[in-house]
Amino acid sequence: MTAETTFQPPDALQPVLTGLRERFPEAVAEVRGHRGEVTVELDRAHLVEVATWLRDHPAARFRLLADLSGTDYLKLDERPERLCVDYHLYSFDHNVRLRLKVRVTVEDPHVPSVTGVWPTANWHEREVYDFFGVRFDGHPNLIRILMPEDWKGYPQRKDYPLGGVDVEYIGAHVPPPDTRRYKGGWTST
Amino acid sequence: MQTGSGLEKLPSGVLVTTVEKLANWARKGSLWPATFGLACCAIEMMAAGAGRYDLARFGMEVFRASPRQADLMIVSGRVSQKMAPVLRTIYDQMPEPKWVISMGVCATSGGMFNNYAIVQGVDQIVPVDMYVPGCPPRPEMLMDGIIKLHEKIGTGERRSTLRLQEA
Amino acid sequence: MSEARPTVDEAVVRPGEARDLPPAAAAERVTVGERRTQQVIAMGGGDWAEVTARADAEGDDELMVINMGPQHPSTHGVLRLVVELRGEEVVDLQPVVGYLHTGIEKSTEFRTWVQGVTFVTRMDYLAPIFNETAYCLAVEKLLGVEAPPRAQALRVLMMELNRISSHLVWLATTGLELGALSMMLYGFREREEILDILEDVTGLRMNHAWVRPAGVSQDLPDGIEDKIRAFVRDMRAKADEYETLLTNNPIWLERTSGIGRLDLDRLIELGVTGPLLRAAGLEHDLRKAEPYCGYEQYDFEVPTATGADVYARYQVRLAEMRQSLRIVEQVLDSLPGGPVMVEDPKVAWPARLALGPDGLGNSPAHVRHIMGESMEALIHHFKMVTEGFKVPPGEVYVPVESPRGELGYHVVSDGGNLPYRVHVRDPSFVNLQAAGPMMKGLLVADVVAALSSIDPVLGGVDR
Repeated sequence: MTAETTFQPPDALQPVLTGLRERFPEAVAEVRGHRGEVTVELDRAHLVEVATWLRDHPAARFRLLADLSGTDYLKLDERPERLCVDYHLYSFDHNVRLRLKVRVTVEDPHVPSVTGVWPTANWHEREVYDFFGVRFDGHPNLIRILMPEDWKGYPQRKDYPLGGVDVEYIGAHVPPPDTRRYKGGWTST
Repeated sequence: MQTGSGLEKLPSGVLVTTVEKLANWARKGSLWPATFGLACCAIEMMAAGAGRYDLARFGMEVFRASPRQADLMIVSGRVSQKMAPVLRTIYDQMPEPKWVISMGVCATSGGMFNNYAIVQGVDQIVPVDMYVPGCPPRPEMLMDGIIKLHEKIGTGERRSTLRLQEA
Repeated sequence: MSEARPTVDEAVVRPGEARDLPPAAAAERVTVGERRTQQVIAMGGGDWAEVTARADAEGDDELMVINMGPQHPSTHGVLRLVVELRGEEVVDLQPVVGYLHTGIEKSTEFRTWVQGVTFVTRMDYLAPIFNETAYCLAVEKLLGVEAPPRAQALRVLMMELNRISSHLVWLATTGLELGALSMMLYGFREREEILDILEDVTGLRMNHAWVRPAGVSQDLPDGIEDKIRAFVRDMRAKADEYETLLTNNPIWLERTSGIGRLDLDRLIELGVTGPLLRAAGLEHDLRKAEPYCGYEQYDFEVPTATGADVYARYQVRLAEMRQSLRIVEQVLDSLPGGPVMVEDPKVAWPARLALGPDGLGNSPAHVRHIMGESMEALIHHFKMVTEGFKVPPGEVYVPVESPRGELGYHVVSDGGNLPYRVHVRDPSFVNLQAAGPMMKGLLVADVVAALSSIDPVLGGVDR
């Protein structure tokens, strides 16, 4: 289900998207646009190939991997591939950004590492491993980076508790943040 | 030699006091802090040591890098789970007598970060003599805490031993 | 150094000029994150000649593995450097981070969108306004609203003042670490002036929580413009003083020239942005490339240098301070009138703060309105403050140019009143990866200088 018909990607991205669809038709699962940003969802088997093409092809030249982040889609949609890795690319030459997405399941959380394509991914991938448990195959040193090395569990998954202590007041009890009455809110028109 | 409260002046102008009062006066007069700046509070601590809010007038402008040469540890900032053993090691390396100021709410009680990653109060690890709340506390608030600690040192009050927080 | 850009030579690269990069070599050139096991030589005491003889017998290896930190005065926060030394020379350097990890990203998932501002502001604590602005820009992008022009101009004003104060802290701590102790006092003296202005406008010296989604929380107080203009005049003179002290100072030059050189291709491979990239010749600044908050209407230059060493970074940061002063003046000259928060009542923060008989709080007129005049307004105020607004589902990535580089917020919303995921691409986290390659072959004292030129703020690295 693509939203491309209602969304026009920026001009600089048109050749990239056509090139992607022509060269890697089986790799591209979906192309989405939202608020001026283009997201390409990829199949993980072709990730390194696509990444190398995006970095080197003159129409693309995405030399900067700006960000590599993880998200746990447990509460957002019903797909079995819960863990998602996002790659935010920037091209100096064309001044344009692109987002790649790879989704994997918790039972088989392996994603090929892109440290061979963009060495900056080293620490980012360690962070996604630390907080979500995604294993990056081919990473030179996949150990925890922000949590202590012997920590158990993957803290930023949605089923990991926030932690902390119960705060007591005299004559009142404030529940911890993850159980407070917060659901609701206004909808902006 | 006269015992009693405080300093007394003999008619010929010689100050007489107890040895302990003299020792306490010396200790509080040049209390050297160990650099233990962790986060945002560290910047306010540096500002307290800089030109406008001058800590040098209390004898404290030398922030000793080595804990073995320091007698005050100002824990300024949030203490994460990974940092907690390091904090205890630094505290143990300081020679007696030593004091601890917990600066900011994150060091005092975990602050706004009531979660898996932050130790909820540095007094779970080291005994604290003065708690200075604030996020971050202004340099003047820190100096107020330091002056109150000076008064506490001056009275020679025995510091409490490490109290483990009751679960 | 005058305000004119240094002479352009072939080494300066404009974005858009293709640079050839042989693809396969990328992975071999940079060894970041390699873990090696080392032979441990136990020093049990004894005569020094015996000890060295034993060490020589056990292997040709003169490598020592030394630990710097996490408690160390020269590491800009709780950073641990594991350094392999051959004598005084660095063979390899591994930063170990995580000693300040606060779980901010997870905490934002349990607070409303507006409360998230108070969390993200404490990440990079030397440049809190940038964190707040980037987060609010991301929320506004998801909402599809835009802050009013006056709010945008005020954001630019505060961001540039914050940029100057962050560079001042960098200059102060670098001076302190390299032995120019007076620089520390000068830097903090100037910074106090900026903190006075920030306190007058936002209420706090640090960690302001002033920028809110769809605007800013308070307008400028009376009389602040004269204060800012006086500060700008003063700061220009002081920047000249710093130049006189440092720029042609032979000791400063000896300690910073040629140190920590890393060329442009490696920097881009490592994802480095900000003054380090500009000191290597690439004129890339997000304020010019992808303008936000109305930056396109202000006239300023992007300073670059070609040395790619610590001295070049010093020049770039000093020049950036001067350019920020230019922008501040232009903002004050062209400040539009109007509200500082959108009018949409479903998004705007309801309270208008004012000084009342018991201190700063909700303005008496607003309190009278919600308590006496309109029940609906009371309910509205209550719901906005406790539950907040809902943000349509989607995800965005919004980058801004913080004093350290590209600060990006990847925000995912599920349509509710709590963020689903907020990920921060912090520039210090990425720039610190360049520490290892930059410091190979340096002496230990130069490690301090080079690390300081990266300007890491561990709150942003560890979040």
